Amino acid sequence: MTAIPLQSRRKFIKNLGYISVGFTLLGSCSGTEDPIMAARVNYNRKLPGSIGRAKTVNAWLKILEDGSIMILSGKVELGQGIRTAIQQVAAEELDMELDKVQVHLAETGITPNEGYTGASASIQNSAMSVRFAAATARQELLALTGKKLNTSVDNLMLYNGIVKSKLDDKSYTFAEILEGEQIDREISLPVPIKDYREHRYVGKAVPRTDILNMVQGPAVYIQDLRFPGMVHARVVRPPGYTSQLTAIDGNGLKAEVAGVIKTVIKGSFVGVITEREYQAVKAEQYLRNHSKWTTSTPFPKPENLFTHIKEIADNPETIRKEGNVEAAFKGVETVKARYTKPYLKHASLGPACGLAMFDGEVLHLWSHSQGIYPLREALATMLSMETDKIHIKAVPGAGCFGHSTADDAATDAAILALEYPNAHVRVQWSRHDEHSWDPYGPALITELEASLDENQRINSWKSEVWSDSHSMRPNKDAGTVLAARYLEVPFTMKSRGYLGGGHRNADPYYTIPNIKLNAHYYDGPFRVSSLRSLGSFTNIFAVESFMDALAEKAGQDPLHFRLNHLEDERAIAVIQKVKALTNSQNTLDGEGIGYAFMRYKNSDAYIAVSAKVAVNKVNGHIELIKMWAVVDVGEVINMDGITNQVEGGMIQAASWTLKEQVTFNTKEITSTDWIKYPILRFSEIPEVEVAIINRPKETAYGVGEVAMPPSAAAIANAIYKACGKRVYDLPITPDKILNT
Amino acid sequence: MPTYQLNINGSLKKVETKADTPLLYVLRDYLELNGPKFGCGLAQCGACNILINGSASTSCMLPVSSVGDAEITTLEGLATEKNKLHTVQQAFVNEQAAQCGYCLNGMVMVAVSLLNTNANPDEAEIRNALQGNLCRCGSHSRIIRAIKTAAKNL
Repeated sequence: MTAIPLQSRRKFIKNLGYISVGFTLLGSCSGTEDPIMAARVNYNRKLPGSIGRAKTVNAWLKILEDGSIMILSGKVELGQGIRTAIQQVAAEELDMELDKVQVHLAETGITPNEGYTGASASIQNSAMSVRFAAATARQELLALTGKKLNTSVDNLMLYNGIVKSKLDDKSYTFAEILEGEQIDREISLPVPIKDYREHRYVGKAVPRTDILNMVQGPAVYIQDLRFPGMVHARVVRPPGYTSQLTAIDGNGLKAEVAGVIKTVIKGSFVGVITEREYQAVKAEQYLRNHSKWTTSTPFPKPENLFTHIKEIADNPETIRKEGNVEAAFKGVETVKARYTKPYLKHASLGPACGLAMFDGEVLHLWSHSQGIYPLREALATMLSMETDKIHIKAVPGAGCFGHSTADDAATDAAILALEYPNAHVRVQWSRHDEHSWDPYGPALITELEASLDENQRINSWKSEVWSDSHSMRPNKDAGTVLAARYLEVPFTMKSRGYLGGGHRNADPYYTIPNIKLNAHYYDGPFRVSSLRSLGSFTNIFAVESFMDALAEKAGQDPLHFRLNHLEDERAIAVIQKVKALTNSQNTLDGEGIGYAFMRYKNSDAYIAVSAKVAVNKVNGHIELIKMWAVVDVGEVINMDGITNQVEGGMIQAASWTLKEQVTFNTKEITSTDWIKYPILRFSEIPEVEVAIINRPKETAYGVGEVAMPPSAAAIANAIYKACGKRVYDLPITPDKILNT
Repeated sequence: MPTYQLNINGSLKKVETKADTPLLYVLRDYLELNGPKFGCGLAQCGACNILINGSASTSCMLPVSSVGDAEITTLEGLATEKNKLHTVQQAFVNEQAAQCGYCLNGMVMVAVSLLNTNANPDEAEIRNALQGNLCRCGSHSRIIRAIKTAAKNL
């Protein structure tokens, strides 16, 4: 780790416009009336993976001169509220005020390398690492004071940034104890952490402080960053994925558009730098109209997409096999169904933006990337630069829900900044490019087959999944960043053939004696990567729709049927709770209530979702009236953070389920704006209700993705209850209901 | 290049730019305001909402030459006193009505516009007013709640 003096780092943050507003939200928590120290218990289970990469306290936590704490997290704030969760665990272990804890999010050379912010893993990794770092810091501060005063730590108290002696009431600030040093002690087991029964922040609905800024308009997002002498740029993207530039005539550009500084052409990469932002918009348009490109490789006909996928797929891999499915299917009647999901967009509300400045030696970047360290690897390869000559700072962007275009905008800015050194170059993507070049969540096919035994229990279950890769995130392979594929010497994007994520949750969590899961990888026609919950969305849509069909065959209530196949108490509890929440609901003619359950990744958080819909039998119109969710993520860090994620997840999933699909013809992608790629609008938003089962003694799991998968199935099951029509092919639209 | 005198947040601002520059770019790039956001440039998402004479409008397709002497209010101009929030802003904070918050400018501006003409809107009226505003995170139910709270506190 590069040591950067605190003073200069703080100046750096101030320069970015992050001026924190003094605002105490927790009046009731301020001040420790009772300096009795909360009990500690020894944590002796596994340490989070992130600690393996950054083992010492000072990698995670710095004590500032004024005694406040700076947490260094390798994660990025994406609107999920991770900053607040991290503040909570740190303030908890050090018995401090929340506003005395600042969180410095990912920056190369400063924060630990925690890979990507994704997979609902920031709580498990970053927040838990901070918990153990803060707990270790507390231990060390007490030990150092004990040594200094030549007394036992039993005679000392640590709270509100001081260590106080019970014997003579003398107190020392953290800064005084450390005398300018930081704590370089290794974090190792056992770690004495605060007993959960004494928590005052963790498990509570601590409000996020960043919303105060969002409603007022100081610089919050990457799009808001401004630097003296900053210039603007746009990139002319090719008309298709494999189009190559054959001619460009920029001779008339300067006469047509004011403020043009430079046009950069490198192979099929065309960028233009201007003084003002709208000049860049016009210059990009001019160059697009004055350039010629080769025709891109045609796409399959949209109506043949799923046939095409099966044709190009590799031979299947057997992912899970228990008992003997083939033998169990022999001579018995089986139930079969095929479920499909189209390509989906991340469709971030804020198109990508990236800033870069090359000072002649170091290339500085500002990006809303989910993984600045891996992005640095990709850029180092693309630019043939040493990684330590590339400095990237994460800045919040609009919610992106997986690997979207942030890294690509940063890459554009990097290329242009090297061509125009010593100025900050700001690249803003258009809505058209954001919708067209986004690495989509891939189309999936999930085929299921099952048989029941004589007691109407599932005896045998087979899942077959067809999926493209869900992980094309940047790494040292430069083809992962878009612009690299269009340079004079292009970096091709090698398909990773990675199936992980594609078959996630395709094997049911239910107790079934014979289970087989096959996964088929295909390298499809569209640019793809990770989209919130990966393959689980389609697989749980399939599995939980299928469970309702099997329950019907068994002549059982769908929830009762599920409970008959579950042994895990926590799974049973979320289902029973969602049933209780919906018990008092009445359904009119044309209305229905559906349910779905999931344990995310079959190993993490538990969730049960219910949906109530009304279907107009004449025109197929679907009204989504209300959705309920019950979640168990183990130990709750922030009650409202979880509620917010689950509410939002259900609404986003409802949008995917009822409205969304990437549209295309053989020549091009056609869903290039919000009219052609509609998402739910206010008139269509269901009421949402979330209940949380807090289990403070259990491992804390992330929640970011968990509401997505069961929401689709709950809606599909509700529609079936409402009108007797089952749609297998997402999105569920009125015409599909009428034609089923 | 023509010069325009604009009435922004109660003060006159002089801007020299081409006539077709959309107001959003004038506000963000020339006047360095962050409230109105670039979301689509197509008047489809509402992230760039401002108030024109108290009424919400998108700004991303509105040429600066058509603004004239209209009173333009941005998110930055809502609070009338320093260090105090407008009732609508305060309601969004109290209800924690955001995830990423990128759409929030538009939501707040439309809410203020709605409450300017209808002090006590019902849920259908709130949803109808926000129909042109997209939120990707799914904060809709909190946003509706915040506007109800704001109406009560006005």
